[in-house]
Amino acid sequence: MMTTKPPFDRVVTEHGETVLRVCRAVLGAHTDADDAWSETFLAALGAWPALPLTANVEAWLVTIAHRKAIDITRARSRHAIPVGDLPERASTRGIPDAGDLDLWAALATLPHKQRLAVAYHHLGGLPYRDVAELLGGSTDAARRAAADGMTSLRAILVDPPSPTDFLSKETS
Amino acid sequence: MTEHDQSARLDLLPVPPTPPAHLDALRARLADAAADAELLDLAFRTIDSPVGDLLLATSAQGLVRVAFANENFDAVLDTLGAAVGRRILNAPARLDAPARQLDDYFAGRRRAFDLTLDLRLSAGFRRLVQQHLPEIPYGRTASYKEMAALVGNPGAVRAVGTACSTNPLPIVVPCHRVVRSDGSLGGYIGGFAAKQALLDLEHAAAQP
Repeated sequence: MMTTKPPFDRVVTEHGETVLRVCRAVLGAHTDADDAWSETFLAALGAWPALPLTANVEAWLVTIAHRKAIDITRARSRHAIPVGDLPERASTRGIPDAGDLDLWAALATLPHKQRLAVAYHHLGGLPYRDVAELLGGSTDAARRAAADGMTSLRAILVDPPSPTDFLSKETS
Repeated sequence: MTEHDQSARLDLLPVPPTPPAHLDALRARLADAAADAELLDLAFRTIDSPVGDLLLATSAQGLVRVAFANENFDAVLDTLGAAVGRRILNAPARLDAPARQLDDYFAGRRRAFDLTLDLRLSAGFRRLVQQHLPEIPYGRTASYKEMAALVGNPGAVRAVGTACSTNPLPIVVPCHRVVRSDGSLGGYIGGFAAKQALLDLEHAAAQP
């Protein structure tokens, strides 16, 4: 907790990298994440004088980042060519050389809610109660989504699937 | 706090490191966007100089503060936040003009500063004295007593001393040119050595 409100620059120094990680986890490690980072800190700068001293600054920033990521996703889909509804499933893009997957690419293969739960809790430090508020559903559901996401991530990153894995599973 | 401890979180996931240059570029972009949106109370930067690192801060109106490292930049920014506003960003490009003029000053190429100043941090007699300080020519000094006479209040020698020691814009507003009647230096916000260095610099550069 703060005793006096620090200059905003200190907020950027302390939380800039965390917010960028969250934006990358949600949107992918490209310019959309940079845009979300900028929009987040610009909005936070404007609201900074009015933020109560007791506020959890990092949680406040992650919440703003969540909203800005939604705005950017919507703007992107407005400009995209509609292809009809896609089933929500793990993407297989990048899997042929799964050993090269970094965290951002691995996160992109997770179902939406799991990805956001991991991003906000494990990368953004947001308590499950607050994650649940952003995602809808119960605190327990948010905790489960994050746990399932982490299990999948470990499987992808620590023990990446290889073509021979798939073959042996099919023949056994 | 352990559940959300930064290091514990990072142990769980192999987070690719963010290159510092990438964050710097994002911060520069944020400063530009914030200035465009008129959301900035203050922009600041630090520069190095022969008298140590200096902090420069500007409002939308003009240069509002120059600080020496011995004042503690974090403490200076905290005080500025309370006095001017806490929407403060490190935005070097917004202080290019004063940085360049100070560079020229320290190289002996500049004798007076041509900058818009925001004098909101001082008021009353202190402000009056500070406004008259640039009348002491480059390379010369005046006594606290002479300065009191110059602002039309010969008895206010002590108050002139206070005005000099609380000058929010040292170097640019040359309070270092005010010394004691006996020729000794008197105090200085940036320390005795800094005051001596500035007077030596001006004395040397002012020689024909």
